[in-house]
Amino acid sequence: MSYGLGILKGMSVTLKQFVESYTKKGSIVTVQYPEERREDVERFRNFPILVYDEKPEAPRCVACDICAKECPPKCITIVRDRDEQGRGLQKPKVFDIDLSVCMSCGICEEVCPFDAIFMDHQFELSAYDRMESLNYHQEKLLKPNSYLHQIRPTDATQIDAKLKAKEEAKKKTQPGTTA
Amino acid sequence: MERLDQLFVLLKKIILQFAESFLPAPLLPFLSILVSITAIAIFAPLTMMYLTWLERKVIGRMQNRFGPNRVGIYGLLQPIADGIKMLTKEDVIPLGADRVTHFLAPVAVVVPSLLLFSVLPFGRNMTAVNLDIGLLFFIAVSSIGTLAIFMGGWASRNKFSLLGAMRAFAQMISYEVPLVLSVVTVVMIVGSLSTEKIVEAQSGWGGLRWFVFTPWGFVGFMLFFICSVSEVNRTPFDIPEGESEIVAGFHTEYSGMKFALFYMAEFLGAFAYSAMAATLFLGGWQGPLLPSWLWFGLKTFCLVFTMIWLRGTFPRFRVDQLMSYAWKFLFPMGLSNILAAGIWYHTPFPLSFIFATWILLLSFIGLSRLNPTGTRLERRTYRFAE
Amino acid sequence: MFVIWLLVISRTEMDKPETTLDTQMLEVNIGPQHPSTHGVFRMNVTLDGETVVRLKPAMGYLHRNHEKIAEGASYLASMPFTDRLDYICSMTNNLAYAIAVEKLAGIEVPERAQYIRVIMAELTRLVNHTLLVGFLLNDLGAFFTPTLYAFREREKILDLFEATSGARMMCNYMRFGGVKADLHPGFMEKLKEIVENYPRFLDEFEKLLTENEILMSRCQHVGILPKHLAVDASATGPLLRASGVDYDIRKVDGYSIYPRFKFRVPLGSVGDVYDRYYVRILEMRESIKILEQAMKEIPPGEFISKQGATGAKSPRTFRPPKGDAYGRIESPKGELGFYLVSDGTPNPYRYHVRPPSFINLTILEDMCLGCKVADAIIILGSVDIVLGEVDR
Repeated sequence: MSYGLGILKGMSVTLKQFVESYTKKGSIVTVQYPEERREDVERFRNFPILVYDEKPEAPRCVACDICAKECPPKCITIVRDRDEQGRGLQKPKVFDIDLSVCMSCGICEEVCPFDAIFMDHQFELSAYDRMESLNYHQEKLLKPNSYLHQIRPTDATQIDAKLKAKEEAKKKTQPGTTA
Repeated sequence: MERLDQLFVLLKKIILQFAESFLPAPLLPFLSILVSITAIAIFAPLTMMYLTWLERKVIGRMQNRFGPNRVGIYGLLQPIADGIKMLTKEDVIPLGADRVTHFLAPVAVVVPSLLLFSVLPFGRNMTAVNLDIGLLFFIAVSSIGTLAIFMGGWASRNKFSLLGAMRAFAQMISYEVPLVLSVVTVVMIVGSLSTEKIVEAQSGWGGLRWFVFTPWGFVGFMLFFICSVSEVNRTPFDIPEGESEIVAGFHTEYSGMKFALFYMAEFLGAFAYSAMAATLFLGGWQGPLLPSWLWFGLKTFCLVFTMIWLRGTFPRFRVDQLMSYAWKFLFPMGLSNILAAGIWYHTPFPLSFIFATWILLLSFIGLSRLNPTGTRLERRTYRFAE
Repeated sequence: MFVIWLLVISRTEMDKPETTLDTQMLEVNIGPQHPSTHGVFRMNVTLDGETVVRLKPAMGYLHRNHEKIAEGASYLASMPFTDRLDYICSMTNNLAYAIAVEKLAGIEVPERAQYIRVIMAELTRLVNHTLLVGFLLNDLGAFFTPTLYAFREREKILDLFEATSGARMMCNYMRFGGVKADLHPGFMEKLKEIVENYPRFLDEFEKLLTENEILMSRCQHVGILPKHLAVDASATGPLLRASGVDYDIRKVDGYSIYPRFKFRVPLGSVGDVYDRYYVRILEMRESIKILEQAMKEIPPGEFISKQGATGAKSPRTFRPPKGDAYGRIESPKGELGFYLVSDGTPNPYRYHVRPPSFINLTILEDMCLGCKVADAIIILGSVDIVLGEVDR
């Protein structure tokens, strides 16, 4: 019918790509991973981290358990810290995230009323066993606020401003009573 | 220049002369054979290894990626890494398989493709065994591999393997016919089956006497090339191992080194057929300036590259289309090509060219119109709903 | 002696009627581990030589209990799970679910969000169709070249998705009443680049494929799906339109803001694999038109409504009124619908997905009978299934 012309046309396409791969820059699209890396995008989300302001002993997290409840695959375990009398403290004693269960949806970050949990950009997390070494504990999850500024500058600044405003509003409503 | 051209011949001579000093005379012919065999036994696996590398590289480039580039510079050590991997892999024989046949099949598939190398004229005076019936030997030996493929497919006791083996048999029997028909023209014109003689017959006129520049030679070359792509099971004729349909066809149940042997046979076949096509139609090792073996290598490389290129471009035929393509297009085309070659032989030059061209052109157009693949192809227009 | 022997032979040969020729059918399980079943899908095929005489699709290998899980979770928590239905086009899945919930709760969507949604949905259509054509060619036996060209273009769109939603494939981007976040600053420039370059890529793709004799002879008049059968089996999407039925939910239902855009719906005539392939190519060209229009018209403003924003912030307080709703869209694969029943609690009482892949798959046998094995594979490929959606 068409005497094989379509076949030749198809072959010209692949040959063009072959020649261009040597002559034209940027025609090879693969990224040679460990040496080259793709540009980091700010909104990229991988696994959650916990943020603290000054010191890791006082994280922003107040162990309210909302993220654990809303987490679709239920990968977050939170146990509230208690003082000697057994009264609940405003911080978690246990905060575990099982990365092998987490599906990086980012809902924990969205629902957190205290802006304590954020999605990290770190994706090189391979481990030799999938039970214990991928179950991240609080110590491993805690990152300073400066780290958040590093990976997500615009979001972090906004959140800082928001928290500051909240703080000030709090101070205004109850001046001097907190002592 | 002459030295460089005859480099390998001289090397062999030196070895033999050296051996003369301590070996008894009756053993010398055996030593001569042994040297040739060793050369082939070293050359063939090396070719296969670097053909795999070449294929991955070329196809990679066609697909906008680099291909292997991790092991060694330009990934040149990749074939060795692959070899080590293949050797250390577990060798699985399926339960219920015919163990002996299963084991023998990969061996039986490699041996014929190694034998093919013995009649290839790699350069001036560089045919390992200059048989008078070299071409016949080539064609006869090359079809043994099919049997081994069937052995592998049958012994695996796997339905996909069986299907693949059946397909391989049907396909190779069909494609053998136009393959031989295309070769017959060369034999008609040259009057010899010896590969050396065929190359000699194409000498002179600065390359214009290569058979590919005659009408029957061109058609013969195309037929030979298409059939050889099919004979070595490469895209678009790779239905015996069509991985999207029947997993891996006849070598579904092979792993490790046995699988590598099947793979090796495929690549050696591809190389040998390309080399034969170069010998028959592209003037073999003939060419100016460069040493003869380099010319031969270059021509073969071009054909191998084309095979890889085809693989990088096309989907594969369906079984019935493949068959009808062989029987309804290639076969009659081969017959009319013989006619054209006969006319070429018996009529003086300008007339012969015109006659042969017309015969071939008409049969090409006529046969193309008869839908060689069995389906009516149509350009379609599409309507749009608003 | 010889003559007698010949006679005997010929007599016995003649006596034997053709039907008693002792042949066996070959029963082959194509899948669940097979290179071209697009996941864990099994076709129980009975073969007469190479011809398919019976084909039974077996599904359920990837069943993940999606619907039941959704009934135990809040409305928002199901959103990331919808990504995993048809993991190639998560944006449209999100959109369908969001539309269903918005219908249920009566949430308005701001203008800008509507435009963002349309842009994302059409980009997803580009992704899906490009990828499908690539995979179809892989099923046809091409050695990954069309697939990788498809991947190359798809990556550019996925980069956009990543920059906007945070993930390349599991976008989780739509919210009830809008979208999760506004378009990122450089979005429009990149989108423009894609919209300008995509037709060129399609031309190249077509040059490689459309007129290729091998592709034509493999695809034309293979796996024909007649109009009436397609309608009877409630097939939707490009599969239905390739059979010549004019049914596009973007036109029929006019959900979101689709009535505002000018685009055409390509229809096939024969209903074979080739039509299904080409209708998708044409659909991509129409999608590009929609993108061009949306790009020009997109207004500034809110990306999520007030009500939606509070719902996203605290999913436990998001309680749609009692009732039920069915939201459907034209996903790249066909009609994707979500049926939700609310009993006034934060969890849906009933949650049902109408997956196009699954329903289109039910006519697989009718299309495959009498074809060769190789055809069955490409017919399956041309139906366009994703097992995540088939099994849920």
